[in-house]
Amino acid sequence: MTTVYEKSKMLTDAPMSYCPGCTHGIIHKLVAESISELGVEGRTVGVAPVGCSVMAYNFFACDMVQAPHGRAPAVATGLARALPEGVIFTYQGDGDLAAIGTAETVHAASRGENIVIIFVNNAIYGMTGGQMAPTTLPGQVTQTSPYGRDVKTAGYPIRICEMLATLDGTAYAERVSVNSVPNIRKAKKAIKKAFENQIAGRGFSIVEVLSTCPTNWGLTPVEALKWLEENMTPYYPLGVYKDITAEEGK
Amino acid sequence: MANRVTVNEQICKGCGLCTSVCPKKIMVIDRDKLNAKGYNPATVSDIEKCIACAMCAIMCPDSAIKVEKE
Repeated sequence: MTTVYEKSKMLTDAPMSYCPGCTHGIIHKLVAESISELGVEGRTVGVAPVGCSVMAYNFFACDMVQAPHGRAPAVATGLARALPEGVIFTYQGDGDLAAIGTAETVHAASRGENIVIIFVNNAIYGMTGGQMAPTTLPGQVTQTSPYGRDVKTAGYPIRICEMLATLDGTAYAERVSVNSVPNIRKAKKAIKKAFENQIAGRGFSIVEVLSTCPTNWGLTPVEALKWLEENMTPYYPLGVYKDITAEEGK
Repeated sequence: MANRVTVNEQICKGCGLCTSVCPKKIMVIDRDKLNAKGYNPATVSDIEKCIACAMCAIMCPDSAIKVEKE
């Protein structure tokens, strides 16, 4: 018998605290597998956010720090500067990164800090019960937009990857999705590449992962995957927005 | 001998994502079983048909599935 797939050793045995069918767990696996395959478990430090993934420090079998809401890139900056040999990543949701932590994120990118940001975008505030987030789609119904997000009063969703790709300090920005097995494979490649950039000292890398929130979207886990594909990917197109390694090769 | 798919039934939350990606449609939710958390865990209905593609395991958010190939 040869093992085709088993749980990554970079994940602890703690049962994940996420709702059934939440794709946070898939993204955790991809991060854990990437770190394992690069053989840098011993010098990796992760920064957990506030939000559904606040307990991420229980799930990753490496050193972890839990940052105040939105401040993960600032904490990661400190870690990266104090530990030049360290592999530093943050794991943040859209309420953490694109709302209260926008300033920290934008400035960490513009400074070109040598960190990896895994940005999980599910277009809603999950942990607090499904309120409208900056990434909520126009017309999307949430607890605080019961008639759908009205762009006249609530504005438009923020496309983080496109915005950060305009900054000189950003080395790599890609948006991926985990709604199907082929997309999960692509997401893994992107996350691994971001870690390779960090190890090579190329600077700021962000991978935005479109994720589901079956509970707050009011859908079954399988319906949520379909909803993501039909509604989120048209507004948040998948792809590479910046890659300095590709530009160097030109 | 067939391939082997092991589901950690206590970790499984019965979300059904594995059942939606199985190309052979042999990953199913076992409605007759409950785990300690109160979820119906996933199981394999006909292991002889399994091709060990591991798509169920790749899709599982809780890393509850291990796939071994003969």
